[in-house]
Amino acid sequence: MTIATSAHPSAGQAGGKTQIKPYTMNFGPQHPAAHGVLRLVMELNGEVVERCDPHIGLLHRGTEKLIEYKTYIQAIPYFDRLDYVSPMCMEHAFVLGIENLLQIKAPLRAQYIRVLFSEITRILNHILSITTGALDVGAITPALWGFEEREILMEFYERVSGARLHANYFRPGGVAWDLPAGLVDDIWEFTERFPKFCDDIDNLLTENRIFKQRTVDIGIVTKEEAFDWGFTGPMLRGSGVAWDLRKSQPYEVYDRMDFDVPVGLTGDCWARYLVRMEEMRQSNRIIRQVLKELPDGPVRVEDRKVSPPPRGEMKRSMEALIHHFKLFTEGFHVPAGETYTAIEAPKGEFGVYLVSDGTNKPYRCKIRAPGFAHLQGLDFMSKGHMLADAVANIASMDIVFGEIDR
Amino acid sequence: MSEQALKELGDHIAAKLGDDVLTVELKLGELMVTVRRPSIVKALTFLRDDTTCSFEQLIDVTAVDWPEREERLEVVYNLLSYKHNRRIRVKLTTDEDTPVPSAVPVYNAANWFERETWDMYGVFFSDHPDLRRILTDYGFEGHPFRKDFPLTGYVECRYDEDQKRVVYEPVRLTQDFRSFDFLSPWEGMTNVMLPGDEKAQAPDTGSKP
Repeated sequence: MTIATSAHPSAGQAGGKTQIKPYTMNFGPQHPAAHGVLRLVMELNGEVVERCDPHIGLLHRGTEKLIEYKTYIQAIPYFDRLDYVSPMCMEHAFVLGIENLLQIKAPLRAQYIRVLFSEITRILNHILSITTGALDVGAITPALWGFEEREILMEFYERVSGARLHANYFRPGGVAWDLPAGLVDDIWEFTERFPKFCDDIDNLLTENRIFKQRTVDIGIVTKEEAFDWGFTGPMLRGSGVAWDLRKSQPYEVYDRMDFDVPVGLTGDCWARYLVRMEEMRQSNRIIRQVLKELPDGPVRVEDRKVSPPPRGEMKRSMEALIHHFKLFTEGFHVPAGETYTAIEAPKGEFGVYLVSDGTNKPYRCKIRAPGFAHLQGLDFMSKGHMLADAVANIASMDIVFGEIDR
Repeated sequence: MSEQALKELGDHIAAKLGDDVLTVELKLGELMVTVRRPSIVKALTFLRDDTTCSFEQLIDVTAVDWPEREERLEVVYNLLSYKHNRRIRVKLTTDEDTPVPSAVPVYNAANWFERETWDMYGVFFSDHPDLRRILTDYGFEGHPFRKDFPLTGYVECRYDEDQKRVVYEPVRLTQDFRSFDFLSPWEGMTNVMLPGDEKAQAPDTGSKP
């Protein structure tokens, strides 16, 4: 932390005592606890935060504008780069939006695969969120253990899409490819030992005295505040609202899945940590169920105006060749209309407001990032807390600047 | 969320708000309400407090730019009701100069969303407590998401070794920016007469040579 402007931090000797005056402090943009490029301008009274004003936009890339100049399929990779900790969930919202406008539905196997990878993504995200959050309040071991598991999960990403992070795997009307041979068995093997990892993290953190001192009763958000400030996801569930879009507005095959929605009672950082821990276990349950039930069949719609033909067919069929050429130059046209499609991303409600004017490019694509609304609440959550508690608040919000700045 | 329930909700809102509502539409299973610009705060307050609506949360505020329209900017509010598990979209139109009443008194979440809409589209929100730019650089000029703002922008920045600071310069493109619409000739040529097309419309005289 660097002190930018200070109105004499220890000015004035009054009666032999050092009198502390309020001063302004710059937190970030280059700070390990800022989870990216967050610049916080904080007004402190001693060590107590009186006001904090987040300055965001240092990672602004104009994604929404770029998407307006790309065809629908070309725009999918931009979504990986929004919340780069949970890439496939971001793609999921966008392809569901396109499918809603096109009025098509992915085949059953593709829906199962999407759910499978959404849940793998949720575990990926929560491991990072919990362990780096613990790192911010002083625990190093969870991060070391957690990143090992993340590496295994990213290997699944790589095997299915060819990329560890920016997968670009979901497509309008299905997924890009079927699962490679042997992947189902390996993911099953992972789910068998993953609960052990959760227990280990549990043992390290949940009842840890230092961890509880740093998180219990820090950044309490009431139910009303959570509604008022647009909080979603674990931030809302931590405040005692039993709400999960996978349950309340189920998309894909989530209505067939058997899982519980954990709800926190106290609305503090510790409750949010507990919610995330339990969500990892529930995701594990969903993954196991998907692997058991995974049906056979195509992984993409057969409509050649939307999904490209198989390579083998292109060698023999002129029509297939034309379809392939048209799809990868012009793309497909989406009927004029607008839709707001939201999914339960690991961080909260991730929505895409898509406006189509009937051409092959989106007319407008507004991305509703959960972190944007959460970070806005940092000011009221940190008011009256110590400077170090603001760090715990940031960690419990699980913010990633790819999606906030867009 | 059946279509019927949303339709009834739309009728209820139209009846209660009266002249403030311009249109109520139900498309793709989503309810859209267009309101008059000055009554947006009244409409949002009603949607939040009325027990039939009870949209507790403001999910998103954004804008869409339609340069060919008279009031080119369309402001869009997405609301979510936890009690009834429903969504609604509230819209209004404005132009570059006319302010829109801020929704911050109704939903605190509107603060940053409106700052972003101001930053990106130049929609001015009156009575907003803190209407600063949010995503663009300090000292940025213009509203980049408007359709007439070029994708490449006007200025680019780099670190100048001589001056030991970041300098801003006009954008220099080594290759002209190219934008292909890829509209196929069949769809793009609906109004073009090719030689010979006139025969299709020529009345059949019935006398073949």
